[in-house]
Parts: sequence; C-alpha cells; structure tokens
Amino acid sequence: MKKTLTSAAVLMVAMTGTAMAGTLETVKERGAVQCGVTSGVPGFSVPDDKGNWKGLDVDMCRAVAAAVLGDATKVKFIPLNAKERFTALVSGEIDLLSRVTTWTQTRDTQLGINFAGVNYYDGQGFLVKKELGLKSVKELDGATVCVQSGTTTELNMADYFRTHSISYTPVVFDTNDQAAQAFDSGRCDSFTTDLSQAAGLRTRMQDPSSVGALPEVISKEPLGPVVRQGDDTWFNIVKWSHNAMLNAEELRLTSANVDKMKAESTDPNVKRLLGLDGPKGQGLDLADDWAYQIVKQVGNYGEAYERNVGKDSPLGLDRGLNALWNQGGLQYAPPMR
Amino acid sequence: MSSDMSNSSHKPDDGSEPKNGPPSNQPKFWNDPKKRSLLFQVILLAALGFVFYTIIDNTLTNLEQRGITTGFDFLTREAGFGIAMSLIDYTEASSYGMTFIVGLLNTILIAVMGIIAATILGFILGVARLSDNWLIAKFSALYIEVFRNIPLLLQIFFWYYAVLRTLPHPRQSIEFFGSFINNRGFIFPAPVPEDGFGVVLFGLLAAIIVSWLIARWANKRQELTGQQFPVYLTALGLIVGVPLLLFLLSGMPLGLDHPELKGFNFKGGITVIPELIALWLALSIYTAAFIAETVRAGILAVSHGQTEAATALGMSKAKTLRFIVIPQALRVVIPPLTSQYLNLTKNSSLATAIGYPDLVNVFAGTTLNQTGQAIEVIAMTMAVYLTLSLLTSLFMNWYNARIQLSER
Amino acid sequence: MKYELQPALPPPSSMIGVVGWLRKHLFNGPINSIATIVVGYFLISLLVPTVQWIFIDSDWVGDSRDACTSGGACWVFIANRLDQFLYGFYPEAEHWRVQLAFIILIGSIIWLVLPQTPKKGLVAALLLVVYPIIAFFLLYGNAFGLVQVETHLWGGLSLTLVLAVVGIVASLPLGIVLALGRQSEMPIVRSVCVTFIEIWRGVPLITVLFMASVMLPLFFPEGMSFDKLLRALIGITLFQSAYMAEVIRGGLQAIPRGQYEAADALGLGYWQKMILIIMPQALKLMIPGIVNTFIALFKDTSLVLIIGLFDVLAIGQAANQDPKWIGYSTESYLFVALLFWVFCFSMSRYSQHLEKKLHTGHGNRA
Repeated sequence: MKKTLTSAAVLMVAMTGTAMAGTLETVKERGAVQCGVTSGVPGFSVPDDKGNWKGLDVDMCRAVAAAVLGDATKVKFIPLNAKERFTALVSGEIDLLSRVTTWTQTRDTQLGINFAGVNYYDGQGFLVKKELGLKSVKELDGATVCVQSGTTTELNMADYFRTHSISYTPVVFDTNDQAAQAFDSGRCDSFTTDLSQAAGLRTRMQDPSSVGALPEVISKEPLGPVVRQGDDTWFNIVKWSHNAMLNAEELRLTSANVDKMKAESTDPNVKRLLGLDGPKGQGLDLADDWAYQIVKQVGNYGEAYERNVGKDSPLGLDRGLNALWNQGGLQYAPPMR
Repeated sequence: MSSDMSNSSHKPDDGSEPKNGPPSNQPKFWNDPKKRSLLFQVILLAALGFVFYTIIDNTLTNLEQRGITTGFDFLTREAGFGIAMSLIDYTEASSYGMTFIVGLLNTILIAVMGIIAATILGFILGVARLSDNWLIAKFSALYIEVFRNIPLLLQIFFWYYAVLRTLPHPRQSIEFFGSFINNRGFIFPAPVPEDGFGVVLFGLLAAIIVSWLIARWANKRQELTGQQFPVYLTALGLIVGVPLLLFLLSGMPLGLDHPELKGFNFKGGITVIPELIALWLALSIYTAAFIAETVRAGILAVSHGQTEAATALGMSKAKTLRFIVIPQALRVVIPPLTSQYLNLTKNSSLATAIGYPDLVNVFAGTTLNQTGQAIEVIAMTMAVYLTLSLLTSLFMNWYNARIQLSER
Repeated sequence: MKYELQPALPPPSSMIGVVGWLRKHLFNGPINSIATIVVGYFLISLLVPTVQWIFIDSDWVGDSRDACTSGGACWVFIANRLDQFLYGFYPEAEHWRVQLAFIILIGSIIWLVLPQTPKKGLVAALLLVVYPIIAFFLLYGNAFGLVQVETHLWGGLSLTLVLAVVGIVASLPLGIVLALGRQSEMPIVRSVCVTFIEIWRGVPLITVLFMASVMLPLFFPEGMSFDKLLRALIGITLFQSAYMAEVIRGGLQAIPRGQYEAADALGLGYWQKMILIIMPQALKLMIPGIVNTFIALFKDTSLVLIIGLFDVLAIGQAANQDPKWIGYSTESYLFVALLFWVFCFSMSRYSQHLEKKLHTGHGNRA
C-alpha cells in the first residue's frame, strides 16, 4: 500500500517538473508553461463552460508560452488562492504567477519573487448599492465593508479610513467571490476591491444595474506577472513578452495583419520586433520569431485588453491608465533594438 | 559479516565472556533482544534526526536562496488591517502580535460558548433518547442521526448563507425588548455599571462564599447526624436575593446602552455578528448530537440493578436519576466528553470559511498573507491548538481522577 | 376439594391495541402527555412545510431558472449541474473512467460486506494493493493510451471519494506501525510514536491542510514540487494515521493477555506473534472503529475547499455563485447534505451491525 503511494508520489512529482536551476529549460523539457492564475476573476482569469481559460492574465501566460514554445495553447493553468500564490511560485510549482497581483515593496523584496512588469494599472474603489444615494467614500462613516483577506486592498482601506477618521467594520472573506456575494446579499453596505475586479464581479450580482462605484480611487494597484527571484533569463523572457505585446500595439501589429506585415513591411522597428533583424531571440535564448508568435497567436496588448476587459467585453472598461503612453496612458515599453 | 564485526567489537566492553563459558554458547548479537532493541532505537533516532535535519536544512536553504525574511520580528510590526470583532482594544495601528491575541481570544470565546450550549443540548437529547415517550425518543434519534452524519462545514455554510442571510436589512430589523435582529447580527442593549454597582458585585461574591460555607457545614452535619439541610434552596436564595436586594437598595445603579440606528448600522449596545451566531449554532448542534450519544451510552452503562435497588429503597424517579444514575453515568461519560470538547475547539477553526475572526482566520489567514511568513505563523497557530488540547485533557484527567476517587 | 384456576381475563381494551400503545408510549401521565403534544406540534409545524417545499411545491424538469415557478424547491438547478456535482471539471468524454474506477471499488466492497462470498482475503488484498494502482492510472491517465487528466480538473463527489479512500487506505499501514510503536517496550520508539500521535490529534485538520499547502513545498529541496492534490493527501494521511493508530491500539488492547503469552510460549518472535496471532484477531475487532474513522474522514474531506480543491461541497458553493442560478443555495446545500448523509448513515449502520455481530462472539469473556 505504501509502495503504491510512494510510486504514485514519485510519478506526480516527476510530472510537476524537476530542476529549477533554469526555468526555461524545465519549461522546454516539459513542453508547457505552468501558470498560476485566480480561481475565477472575470476578465482576468476565468474558465468558461468548457474549462478553457480566458482573460488578460491568461493571455500573459499564453504570450510567454508562444514565445518559449511557439504554441500559445501549451499552458497548464493552476488556480491558486491569495494565500498560496507566493509559496506556489517560490517552491517551483508554477513558473509564472499571473494572478492580479499588486506590485509592492515588501512582496518584491522579502518574498523571493520579482515583478516582471505591469499588465494592468488598477486602483481600489468602493461599490455601493445605488439606492443609498451616496456620493463619496467619506459618507461611509459607520458602514460595514466586505473585503477579501490577505490583499493589499484590506490594508489600503484601513489606511484610508484611518487617515480620514471614518469608522467602519470590515468583514473579511477568503475569496473575492465570497466577499462580493456577501455584499450582494446585504451583509455589508459596501464592497471594496480593485476597480477592474469590481467591474467583473458586478456582472455576477443579482441586479448589476443597482450597484455603482463611488468616485474615489484610493490606491495605486499596479498588477503584473511575477517570477521567482534568481533566474534572470526567465525574468527577461516574461518581461519582454509583455513588452513585445505593447510594442506590437504601438506599431499597429495585430494578429490579423502580422503575416502581411512580416512579408511586406519595411519599417525597421517592425522588422526588429518580428525577428527579421536586430537582437532577435539571442539574448533571451529563444527562437528568433518569438515575438512574431506572440502577436500571431495571442495578439497585441490592445487586442488582449479589448477582448477581455475592454468596451465590448462584459466588463466594459475604458483604456484609461492602460492606454499606450502616446495616447495618454501609462503603458510604455522600452524599445526593442 | 558486518554484524559479526560489531559483535566482536562489543566483546571487550561486555566483560561477561569469562563467566559465560565457551564463546560458542553466547547468543548471536541479533538474537539478544536488549541489544537489538537498543540498536533499533539508535537507528530510529538517527533516521528521525536525518529527516528533521534534511527538512530544516532544505527549508533554510530555500528561504535564504529566495531572500525570504524569517524570524518573529513581524510580530511587533504594525498590522494595518481592521478586524470585525475583538474582545480587547484593537485598532489598525496595533501590531501583528495583537492580531494573534485577538484571534486567540475569539477562538476561546466560540469554544466556550459552543461547549456550554452543546453540553446542555446534548444532555437533554441524550436523556430524551431514552425517554418512555415514543415520540420524544424518536425525535431525539432523528436529530442525532441527521446532524452527526452531515459535515460540520456544510452545516456552518447552511446557517450562514441559507438562514442568516435571509434576515432583513438594519432598517427593517426585527425588534423586541430593545434588541434587534437583522443581517448584521443580533444587537442588544449593553449594561453600563454606574456608581455603586460594585456593592452589588461584592454582595454576589459574599453570597457565593457564604453558600459554599453552608454547603460544607450541611455536608458535615449530614455525615454526623444524618439530618439534611435544604442547601440548594438556601444557596439559590442567597445568590439571587442578596445582590438583588443590594441592587434595589442602592438605587439600581445599572444603566443600559440602547442600540440606535444611526446611518448604516446600529450604534451602541452589543452586536453579536452573524458569523459568530452561525458558527455557534452549527458547532453546538453538531457536537450536541455526539454528546447525546455519549450520554446515552453512559446512562445505559449503569446497571439496571442500581435503578431497581433505588426503587426498592423508595427513592423517587427524580432522586434515582440525581443520586444513583447520573453520578455513575458521569464516570463513563467524562472521557468521551473530553474528546468531544477538544473536537469542538478544533472544529471552531472552520470559522475561517465564513469569516468569523478566529485565530485561523485572522492570524493564519490575513496575517500570514500580509507578512508571507508561513512557517512562523502556522507553527504558532498549531502550537496554540496543541496547548489548548493538552490543557483540556489535563483538566479532564484531573476531574476524571477526582470522580473515580469517590468510588468506595 | 379442588381449586381450579379461572382462565385469565383479557387485558382491558385500553391496554392493548392502538389505544394501549398510545397510552403506554405517548400519554402515560400528565407531563408526558403535554410533552407529546408540544413535540408533536413542533414536528408537524416543522415537517409539513419542509416536505411541501421539497416534494410537493417543487420543480424537477427544465433547463433554466425560468422553469422554477411553483415557489418550492428548484431541483432543476441541481439536475442541470448534476454532472459537476459528481465529476467536477473532469472532461465529459472521460467520465467513463471515473465510473469504472468506482464500479470496481463498490463491487469489491459489496463482495467484502456480503457474508456468504468466498475468498474475502484475496479480494481485500487486491483492493488494498492492486486497486490503487489501477485507479490511479484510470483517473490520472497519461498511460495505456488514456488521455492525461490534470488533478485540478478532478472534483465533485468523485474527488471527495478519492480523498477519503486514499486517506483511509494510506493511513492504515502507518496507523498500524504507530500503534505497535506506542505499545512497544522500547522507550524511544514509544515516545516518538506517542508524540507523533498526540501532535496530529491535537491540531485541527484545517491547519494541517494549510501546512500542506503553504509550508510543505518549502521542506523539500529545490525543484521538487508536489501536485496540490497530493499535498492535501499527504496532510490528510498523516492526520488520519494518528486517529487510526488509536483505533488499532484499542483493537490490540481488546485481545486477551493470554494470546500474547501463548504466542510467546510457542517461541514466536515479535513479528510472527503480531502477524500470525494478534493482528488477525485484532483487525476483526477494529473494523467498526475503522469504519467510524472513515465516516469522520469522509465528512472532514469537505475542508479541502478551504485550500481551493473542488470537492462536492465546493462545487455546490461554486454553483451558488453562478449568476444564472442565484438564490437557490438552500437546494444545493440540501443536495450535498443528502449525499453526505446517505454515505455516512449507511456506513454507521453497517458499523453498528458489525459491532453487534462481534459483540456476541466475545461477549462472555469479561
């Protein structure tokens, strides 16, 4: 009996990856990127009816898979809760954490992880029932607020209410879903989370139109992909996969026109991005057409944004801070040359 | 071969060779149970040591290599998050160490509340299960079979999501006697002691001491003369009467802080949050089913001859139960009851599933997430439960021993 | 003179029949009568609306919430998600694998439970040794031409059963070793075992699961990582083995001293004595206890939802959050409760039956 267990254990262990010395080698050997995502935040990472993962964070994982393995479908998604996400990354269970994770100093410096970029500039806001007729967070004095535990959200709220001398009662839940559900059923007067997630969770409420956000955005929430500390090659791959998506949007390369552009374009920037010229894949230990594969299979950043969280998606969010730098936003990728 | 070598290496130390005659008669090393068990234990220790060493070494290497902070310094850092319910003064400016204490106290609170309710309910059901009344016995059996065969977590969810969530909003609260029930919990007026209330408390204390002295005196007198004294009535009269009299004499120095609907929620009074109510209901109802079975087994364990003898002595049914059956049943009931209390305490950790701020929710939840120091936090949490378990079983062992001693 | 006994008169009509039964069991004395009426009223006012809600006013067929119009329970919700409740996110085309694995399991358990079937020992051995391997490859795949099914897709009732069965099977050998160690005469072995048992029994399962999910990965050297399900299983097994050890110790202590001494007198060694004499007798006595721990474990598996595995309760929770079906959480909780209840109740009945059966065999010993 024990033998069976150990042999099963050995099998499972063997299958979840072996060496961490080089994440890139492990990923290539395994033939799949293991990507930590949420267990369901609409627009960022959520499985559909058939179990296919969709979302902005999911596209980040797919882009890395396209760059490394040339196939955006070779991703193994591992749903994690807030509590286990960093341990899962640090212990090597996943290669990449793309799970609406806010970049903070403590996390970046004390947990053995590195943030590889920002794929969504977010901020924290408050949802309330419209029937209360509230105009500002400052009117929430004495309110009960639902919040997810173990997030920066919880701390930001405490800071904000403390500095503004607003009294409140927090009700803390393990997942954002639970917190939203509790707010929906009237356990709390308000629900606070990153605005992007609030938009997604709102779509799941009984009557989404009866719920609105207060105008204040009380924090900076740069969300981005995270990798283990100490593997610079892998860190660079993730960082530049994101940058490639941004640069592709800037150069107006889309999944639809990338083949045509590859054949016809004479723009040196386009040629460098598509690996026809310039640094290609050398420094990253990748195939020369790595960025082409990302654009071809996943699309540029704008495409991913619109598909998952943008105007035409159920979330219907503006580009806002997430527009490119030359369109009034913050998304600015270093040049590829 | 190797054992032969070790055998020979043992020979000089042994010193018994000359007395034992020819060396061929000496048992082989592996046939000597003492030496064998010694060897076995040494191997076990070495293996354990190796396992622990590897685990600790791996952990330290892992932590160091990845630059993860270790140590207990985080306990003094400012926590920066709020907690819904605290028995002591806690603000966002308190330290992570304080979150530990707040969580611990909340755990103890729910455990004590649960133990009291489950014991009362469990005893009633256990006795009811043996009732002559068919309907009552079957009702009790139904209760027991339904509730002990459904996972506790499911029951907690049920009370929390399916029952308490259907309660009205604060504005439409159900009101009675100045208390309110709504989906923010149960809110009732808080007693506020005014000047002179100390006298009442003092009276209560004095009454308890006097009652205890009377009980001792009555006991002694009964042993000497056989005369009985209505101890219970006297004590009840003293403990209720004296403080009440003092309370009235000193002009009722107890105010009430009435809850009032202000803005979103009720201000003032005491609020019992719905998470606590749901957890308390589920824990008590679930554990009561087990305690009922324990009590039933205990009563059945008292031999029928005892009851018959009591009847023959002319004792009434109530007296038989009180003086004959229950004291003997308790002896059988106490040990399994202990483990039910321990289970309840451990089960209270399921609080985390519905957000009642107990130790696991606050400390092994939020604090762990915010600091990322999993090892320290989990170790401290486990240590608390271990200590609580050990304390409970120590107390129960002591109590058990006392009860057993009364046997003659 | 002859005295003849008159034939006894029949008992008064109020002491026999329905009336007699009622008088004896429900209305003997004023207090009892009042109690009967109060409890009866309470039961009727509780049960009638419940039964009405569950059975009479309920909706059973349909495919969206629009089918639920009658105001009672909406079982359409459960019916539409039944596959998820049973298999979680296991791919639909592969459901036969789960079914096959559980048919084999249930078949062999029925074989073992029925009194007249032959070769129980062989079946039990196959079930404990060969079956886990078969079940593993059936469920996980990636061999013999079966498609691999990642463990995070496992869920629902099948995951609950996997957790409970693996937990109990894997904790049995560990439990035996610990129980023997606890009774050993070697002080170090004994104290190690006692410490192990008491530590695991002293902490709540949920902290063990936390430990398994956030701490365990740090204990192993770099690059060695475990599947999340496997980590949970390790935690459950360690936890359960401590409880198992206590059950086994109870069984060992029930064996009369004479058996040990007789084995010693025959010159059997420790292991021979245990394997040939003590264990076969003790194991039989332990079965009710093992079934009871299994029931406890079966209920406890629901805690894995806290570390993010989708057991049947977690599936129910997730279903409640589906915006298309909001407001039917009572139905899903009741359904999950019923599933658990049917399993636990039948197992506890079986264990009580066994206890009675075993009791008669050893009753007069004391």
